[in-house]
Amino acid sequence: MNLFHFILQNHEQVLELTLEHLWLVGISTLLAVLIGIPLGIVSARWPAWNRPVLGAANIIQTIPSLALFGFLLPVPWLGDRADRLAILALTLYALLPVIRNTYTGIRGVDPAVVEAGRGMGLTDLQLLLQVELPLSLSVILSGVRVAVVVSVGLATIAAAIGAGGLGEFIFRGLAMVNNQLILAGAIPAAILALSADFGLGWLERRLRPR
Amino acid sequence: MEQRATESTVIEFRDVAYTLPNHQRLLSRLNLQVKRGETLVLLGRSGSGKTTTLKLINRLLIPSAGDVLVNGSSTSKTDVIQLRRSIGYVIQEVGLFPHFTVEKNIGLVPRIEGWPADRIRGRVEELLQMVGLESKLGSRYPHELSGGQRQRVGVARALAADPAILLMDEPFGALDALTRDQLQREFLALQQRLNKTVVFVTHDLREALRLGSRIALMETGRLITVLPPEDFLQSTDPLASAYAQAFAEASVPAANRGTS
Repeated sequence: MNLFHFILQNHEQVLELTLEHLWLVGISTLLAVLIGIPLGIVSARWPAWNRPVLGAANIIQTIPSLALFGFLLPVPWLGDRADRLAILALTLYALLPVIRNTYTGIRGVDPAVVEAGRGMGLTDLQLLLQVELPLSLSVILSGVRVAVVVSVGLATIAAAIGAGGLGEFIFRGLAMVNNQLILAGAIPAAILALSADFGLGWLERRLRPR
Repeated sequence: MEQRATESTVIEFRDVAYTLPNHQRLLSRLNLQVKRGETLVLLGRSGSGKTTTLKLINRLLIPSAGDVLVNGSSTSKTDVIQLRRSIGYVIQEVGLFPHFTVEKNIGLVPRIEGWPADRIRGRVEELLQMVGLESKLGSRYPHELSGGQRQRVGVARALAADPAILLMDEPFGALDALTRDQLQREFLALQQRLNKTVVFVTHDLREALRLGSRIALMETGRLITVLPPEDFLQSTDPLASAYAQAFAEASVPAANRGTS
């Protein structure tokens, strides 16, 4: 039985696991954006925040993912459901690129433009929403793109704690020493990562300021 | 140099000093008045404190000592956003918003001040004409304009909400000589019509002589002297005469210098 055949025969399960995978990545990316962009803004505006915020995000990034899942397992509400746990872990990993790029993007806005805006009497909020964020959007988006691509790969490990996703096939294949099963998980995951990379890259180029 | 503030004083510096957090002093004990409708030129080399002085007026910098008054009230007691919206600000790098069209750039302050859309459109049209730009340029983006056109848009943007005061920080400094000459001429014509109170920063004596009602000469954070342009070249002040001499030498072609 070749791989193509296997996927065709089990297309319902492949689809289900792919959707689960997308859900894990999607929700965690959304959370990382909702938390990371404000943190990036805060550290760009108040430099004193920069080191602790980026430092913490950096440290999280160095924790091996399996270990992080293990650490979080005994936490009361979180440990109850594997997908909650996986989403939290993926969110934490996705934070660094989002925070760092938001910071870099805002800091990279032409100082003359910011000074002109300030001198014209824009409030801090108007400056942020009308000038700084629109002009750093493509840089922020490239951070989100990195976060998504990394998450797609990391999410396969979430199957180790029973959170589902395409990792199911991979772990099952490893246990059964079945390469086709491993590939049935790995190839759709790779396709997901590549299409997310391509799609967000396209959007990023569209939004790049002239 | 002590002058008494009169009714026509629009901007006043009272014993103003500005010191950086690292204790470097950029400006010491500045006393200066700017009168209604005049163009006061701050002349000096880089590091003389002229841009610092300018930014103290719209409170982009906050004085370390002393007080800056605009229309008789201390800028420390005025709402800083309202203060800045009532003062036009033009800088050398122009600082146009690259993601806005020319129209949106010029109309920004009116827009955040809540003007109705058709009034903004009319005002933008009027301003484009005032600074000598075709109205079809309104839909362009800043990167599609020449340096001179960008600076004209910068001036139009500063004039948008019709401020009584205009701060200009080497606005023509980055332009080629011909464009600069043309913009200076248009500035004079515009100023005759609009009668704004202008504070103009430059390091170029020729520009100062041409545009200024008075020239305030600055050096290492101090105000050296304030003179009308017609007296500047005859001044006995050593720094002023050094400027005058450099100016005179610059106007002699190199080939003639040995014989003079």
